[in-house]
Amino acid sequence: MNTLIILSVLGVITLFAEIFRFRKGLFPLILIGLAAAFTFTVMDYNNPQVYFGMMNFDNYAVIFSSAILVIAFLWFMMAQNYFLQETSVTDHFALILFSLVGAVVMVSFNNLTMLFLGIEILSVSVYALAASDKSSVMSNESGFKYFLMGSFATGFLLFGITLIYGVTGSFDLTTIHQHIATGDQPGLALAGVLLLLVGLSFKSSLAPFHFWAPDVYEGAPTTVTTYMATVVKTAAFAAFFRLFSTCFAGIAGQWTQVIWWMVILTLFVGNISAVRQKSLKRMLAYSSVAHAGYIAIAILSMSATSASAIFYYTLTYSISSITAFTILFIVSRHKNSKDISAFEGMSKANPLVSFAMTVAMLSLAGIPPTAGFFGKYFIFFTAIHSGYTLLVLLAIVAALIGVYYYFRVIIAMYFKPEQQLVPIKVGILHRIVLIITTILTIMLGIFPDLIMGWL
Amino acid sequence: MPTITLLILTFAAAFIALFMPIRYGNRFAFASSLAIFAYSVYLFITFPISPDYQNVVNYPWIESLGIHFKVGMDGISVLMVMLTTFLTPLIIFSVRKSEPRPRAFYSLLLFMEMAMIGAFVSMDGFLFYIFWEIALIPIYFICLLWGGKDRVRITLKFFIYTLTGSLFMLVALIYLYLHTAGQHSFDIQALYAAGKSLDAQHQCILFWFFFLAFGIKMPIFPLHTWQPDTYTEASTQGTMMLSGIMLKMGIYGLIRWMIPMLPLGFSQNSQYAMWLAVIGVIYAGIIAFTQKDMKRLLAYSSISHVGLIAAGIFAFNAQGLQGSVIQMLSHGINVVGLFFVVDIIQSRTGTRDLGSLGGIRLKAPFLATIFAIIMLGAVALPLTDGFPGEFLLISGIFKFDSITGAIAGLTIIIGAVYMLRSYQGSMLGETSVWTDNFTDITLAEKTILIPIVIMVIVIGVCPNLFLRVSEPAIMKLLSGM
Repeated sequence: MNTLIILSVLGVITLFAEIFRFRKGLFPLILIGLAAAFTFTVMDYNNPQVYFGMMNFDNYAVIFSSAILVIAFLWFMMAQNYFLQETSVTDHFALILFSLVGAVVMVSFNNLTMLFLGIEILSVSVYALAASDKSSVMSNESGFKYFLMGSFATGFLLFGITLIYGVTGSFDLTTIHQHIATGDQPGLALAGVLLLLVGLSFKSSLAPFHFWAPDVYEGAPTTVTTYMATVVKTAAFAAFFRLFSTCFAGIAGQWTQVIWWMVILTLFVGNISAVRQKSLKRMLAYSSVAHAGYIAIAILSMSATSASAIFYYTLTYSISSITAFTILFIVSRHKNSKDISAFEGMSKANPLVSFAMTVAMLSLAGIPPTAGFFGKYFIFFTAIHSGYTLLVLLAIVAALIGVYYYFRVIIAMYFKPEQQLVPIKVGILHRIVLIITTILTIMLGIFPDLIMGWL
Repeated sequence: MPTITLLILTFAAAFIALFMPIRYGNRFAFASSLAIFAYSVYLFITFPISPDYQNVVNYPWIESLGIHFKVGMDGISVLMVMLTTFLTPLIIFSVRKSEPRPRAFYSLLLFMEMAMIGAFVSMDGFLFYIFWEIALIPIYFICLLWGGKDRVRITLKFFIYTLTGSLFMLVALIYLYLHTAGQHSFDIQALYAAGKSLDAQHQCILFWFFFLAFGIKMPIFPLHTWQPDTYTEASTQGTMMLSGIMLKMGIYGLIRWMIPMLPLGFSQNSQYAMWLAVIGVIYAGIIAFTQKDMKRLLAYSSISHVGLIAAGIFAFNAQGLQGSVIQMLSHGINVVGLFFVVDIIQSRTGTRDLGSLGGIRLKAPFLATIFAIIMLGAVALPLTDGFPGEFLLISGIFKFDSITGAIAGLTIIIGAVYMLRSYQGSMLGETSVWTDNFTDITLAEKTILIPIVIMVIVIGVCPNLFLRVSEPAIMKLLSGM
């Protein structure tokens, strides 16, 4: 609870900072606030607390909340540069902080209404942020598209919640679990489960509910895209797994087949579409859809190790994404182009930035000794353990397709340019972010046990 | 302890080479790789003749997944490590002064050496997989940054092709891990027991998964299509690393990992695998005969020779296995020597085309002599290193099945044909406009070629120096089935 209080207060202070023209000290204040929230969250480990039966801060919630806060911390360091040039930096930061509140609620809910509230708090802020670049038509389109389709998906979610309430008479997760765990269910329950599946799959950008993702990711400002690809995805999958493992694990036989096909579709649509992209931003958007497919495999296998596999994968994927998007942000600012061709020859001009990007690309592709490899390994391991060997073989084929487009970026960077390139100036905050993320990616790749033992 | 020392030394050398001042970069890389070679020679000399693993070190790495950092050497591994550490200083020394980004080049070569040594000494299945994969990254960058014109497309094809095999091997390893008894573990003995406990059908499926990984690496027909392009486009050092050492990882994987783990799968499918290998021997040999580009010719000859080694392994008798061990050593040494000779020719004349070359013997007799010795080693003339290996292999295959043995024996003739043809095309006859000003080899080039020639003769005359080290381990492997 302390986490929520700190984040909300921080958000309100940020809003009020506009009135008092308190901009210079705002950024350090937010970082300190996030660090404080992280500390309070970690103190709640092995100390589960239930609030009014609505929110349950068990270890699962603590772990995912801390991951979200770490990612948000890195994100603020990356995004500070962009928003300082906007006049309304306070509004944007406040929106992010409020959406973080929604994310924390989404990973710690114990009641379906809280799930809905969490998703809405998270999403509405991000709808506004996606459209925040008022001068860009693409940004406006992305915000509008996300809002429209997101609201539609939330409609499905609400419908599902209603049907589940109709069957079990309660919104509480434990009560639902007791009702649905056993034997024959009325068709209404299954319909409710499937509608919930649709709503949550939209948020997690699983095919065939992923069509909004490439356009929205590409149109939104790069920093907002980073937030969407990291925090929103982590929270969405944490909520997805929390709901389905708590309530519907008993009738898994009914809905796993659906997710199986969605996973296959997501993996191949995401990876194959990314191959043809010339714009790095759109490629990363499609690859984000593909990664959602991998994470969904862990939900499918629903084993004891699924939760830690999802945690490890979303955390390491977010860290590598932050690296990739930060460098994309820097390069696109410098060259006014988000294409992969803008990266040509970068290894000569900015060797360390190229190294960071190479590590990020290797991690996203899943090559040892980076963290991304272990992420995929854990996911494949839980799947084989639960008997989904064929799925793993197909996922491997998809991963190989992924190698192709991630390596295109690496190749471009180490390509010889025709003329001498000017080294790109990288700000101090971005440098710190890149150093932290690269070190984390390699360290977590060699010692995954550092974060695996906790869940 | 010594095993880990080898790995740490190589890693440290690779890391430091990245930051050395360019003036000393060459000397540091060469000196450090020479020191590592000296250390491994010491390990070889003091190696006891025993079937057991020596110098075993075991640290828990990722406890929750049953992964340990367990390394150790037995008779076969120590020979492989010796080969790796012998060839790497030669390869490093062969880097020309004109190569761009020398520090990165040396560092990548040393990293690759570390990864390959790691693969040869791993006693934990997951660790083996990690080293296997890590070896891919340096060679990818070596091919990408210092390769020929079409290298971008070809090296990416090579990378994805090899990765495909590796990922199937990973699935097989995970499956075996989940079948290890009690507390799951990736320990080599635990994996052996798990594999043996499976029924024949599952063993067969896993056999082919492993075959995919190792067959792509070696390569075995029909998984070889990446190899000629990659060998031709890569820089000489990249090709020497690939053909000299990296493909031995695939052969080693067969002996160490696939066969002891899946005995039923092996006995049911070894015949088909051997047919593929023998087809590759003849097929690649015939294509080698038609090549005009010397580097491409050597690439196909490599497929042919490795096909024979693989066939000997699939024959699964003492001659076949011992033959494969000694032939791994000879092939590594021969092929590195041959590729270096081609590199010398290309750097002097600007071409590798047999049609344009000729008469180099008249201008550079020393080079011609050395080329002749190494080439005859590849042809398997008695008293050269190719002979003990090829003799043992063919007798092993013949023991398994006489017709296959006879067909495999054709390699003696086919190999001689294309090798002698390449010698004739480049060295004999009249000089051409390209070779008129051919200068004989320098002292630096002699430093690389003479140790190779010495080893060609030494292994040819006393192969037992090496065979007796690996024999106990091979006998243990044979009896364990």
